[in-house]
Amino acid sequence: MARPTALALEYHLVSYRRTWRSSVFSSFALPAMFLVAMGITVGRYIDERSTAIGVPYLDYLGPGLLASTALQVAVGDSTWPVYSGFHWSRIYHAMRASPLTVGDMLRGHLLFAMLRVALSGVAFLVVLLLFGALHSWWALATPLVCVLLGAACAAPCFAYAARADNDGAFAVLFRVGVVPMTLFAGVFFPVESLPGPARVLAWVSPLWHGVELSRAATLGTSTAWGLPAHTAVLLLWCAAGYVLALRAFTRKLGD
Amino acid sequence: MAEDEALIAATALVKQFGDFTAVDGIDVRVRAGEAFGFLGPNGAGKSSTMRMIGCVSRPTGGSLRILGMDAAKEGAAIRARLGVCPQQDSLDLELTVLENLTVYARYFNIPRRVARARAMELLDFVQLADRAGDKVEPLSGGMKRRLTIARALVNEPEIVLLDEPTTGLDPQARHLVWERLFRLKQRGVTLVLTTHYMDEAEQLCDRLVVMDTGRIVAEGSPRELIERHSTREVLEVRFGTEPLDRFAEKLDGIGERTEVLPDRILVYTDDGDAAAAQVHGLGLTPSSVLVRRGSLEDVFLQLTGRTLVD
Repeated sequence: MARPTALALEYHLVSYRRTWRSSVFSSFALPAMFLVAMGITVGRYIDERSTAIGVPYLDYLGPGLLASTALQVAVGDSTWPVYSGFHWSRIYHAMRASPLTVGDMLRGHLLFAMLRVALSGVAFLVVLLLFGALHSWWALATPLVCVLLGAACAAPCFAYAARADNDGAFAVLFRVGVVPMTLFAGVFFPVESLPGPARVLAWVSPLWHGVELSRAATLGTSTAWGLPAHTAVLLLWCAAGYVLALRAFTRKLGD
Repeated sequence: MAEDEALIAATALVKQFGDFTAVDGIDVRVRAGEAFGFLGPNGAGKSSTMRMIGCVSRPTGGSLRILGMDAAKEGAAIRARLGVCPQQDSLDLELTVLENLTVYARYFNIPRRVARARAMELLDFVQLADRAGDKVEPLSGGMKRRLTIARALVNEPEIVLLDEPTTGLDPQARHLVWERLFRLKQRGVTLVLTTHYMDEAEQLCDRLVVMDTGRIVAEGSPRELIERHSTREVLEVRFGTEPLDRFAEKLDGIGERTEVLPDRILVYTDDGDAAAAQVHGLGLTPSSVLVRRGSLEDVFLQLTGRTLVD
């Protein structure tokens, strides 16, 4: 990591010192509730009637919720905080007067968001361990999956947030992006149960690829398209998002 | 003045936003150690000029050299040696007063220990040392502005840019800020500021330019500008609530020129008392007569007009 990028990251770490406890807790408390409510209760109902998924439903759901937590944290950290940097705290404007470049600011903040995603991933992994939902040592790789998925979601959100005229834009993003993805991208049920066109949407979404990787890791199974293909799709989201975000940041701070 | 003597040298500098020309070919030289002011009404191009000097906005045309470097190419290296006090505060309200300085110092890659020592020193300088551990949020406007000034000094800059440093502050807070800025000037720091307060410009600036619609319309020291564009003294004559036009005709010829305002007539003259005597000599009985020194405000209004710019 280049030195100036690390210096930009440092700001976010200093301000995180104040809130990290509550934020780690809240970032996995909600999915943990889902895990209890759906994994145990709905899970019992499903497991009594079918063994088609091959493992207890809770173990199937767990890695899906892990990935959707990464999505939630990534989007949450790359919308309001980025908007705030331009409009409320104006932190980017403050940084702009220093030798840091626009790219340094963007990368520093993105790295911080990835750190948050990784931390919540690790916390959630511990919850899954306590529920006995981990079947493979590959589960240790899931924080990495979370970071890759998180970056794939955060980078385009940075671009979106930098261009947003008001913070109402984020409610739209959650309604048409995050919630449908969470419901239909393989977290709760296999995408094969979806009708054709909806399945295509799931394939395009970054979350499905994250869920596939995460589930294969905790259950020790194989993925639908293979590790390289899923990784490539996520990297494509990262790269496109980063280019758009850098362009949006430069436009916003350059003139 | 030779190019290499100037810390800031702008030549035919232009800034356009689409079809709109904010800065329309200005030439400016700022020497080391001087306090230089940009004056002008809203929309005159002061802030656009400041943003180009601060290397956060690219010139559209002309050349801009700062500390011997090209602003268009070496922005980061120049910013490392500038201090910027923006018009709109960008302090972190969640962090403490001290943390605001130390965090900012880190952007300049100043070692943590040095940053902390320097921050304590600067808090002393802006008289906020007793608030070091407090959050920024509840501080008054004047305290926040002083903190922003301290923050601008954390990298020991050679040039400090101040965009309307005392706008919105109460008189006590303004005077404290002026006094601190004067001390900085004494230490040899070059100050570049924008303002639309004429008293601020007279207090602080060795030299200034008046801008209007993107161009420089006058340049010099406050005294030179007053001598060149106004008169040494101004006589203000009031006639209660009576219409002033008929008095104005009679006053014509007294002083260098007269100006009729809704509530009073201004007579620009080098000798106010003599002019006042002439007014009385005409047999007129004004409700009030005031002789005051010519000010930058007179120059400013003379050059940029009295029409309100919004």
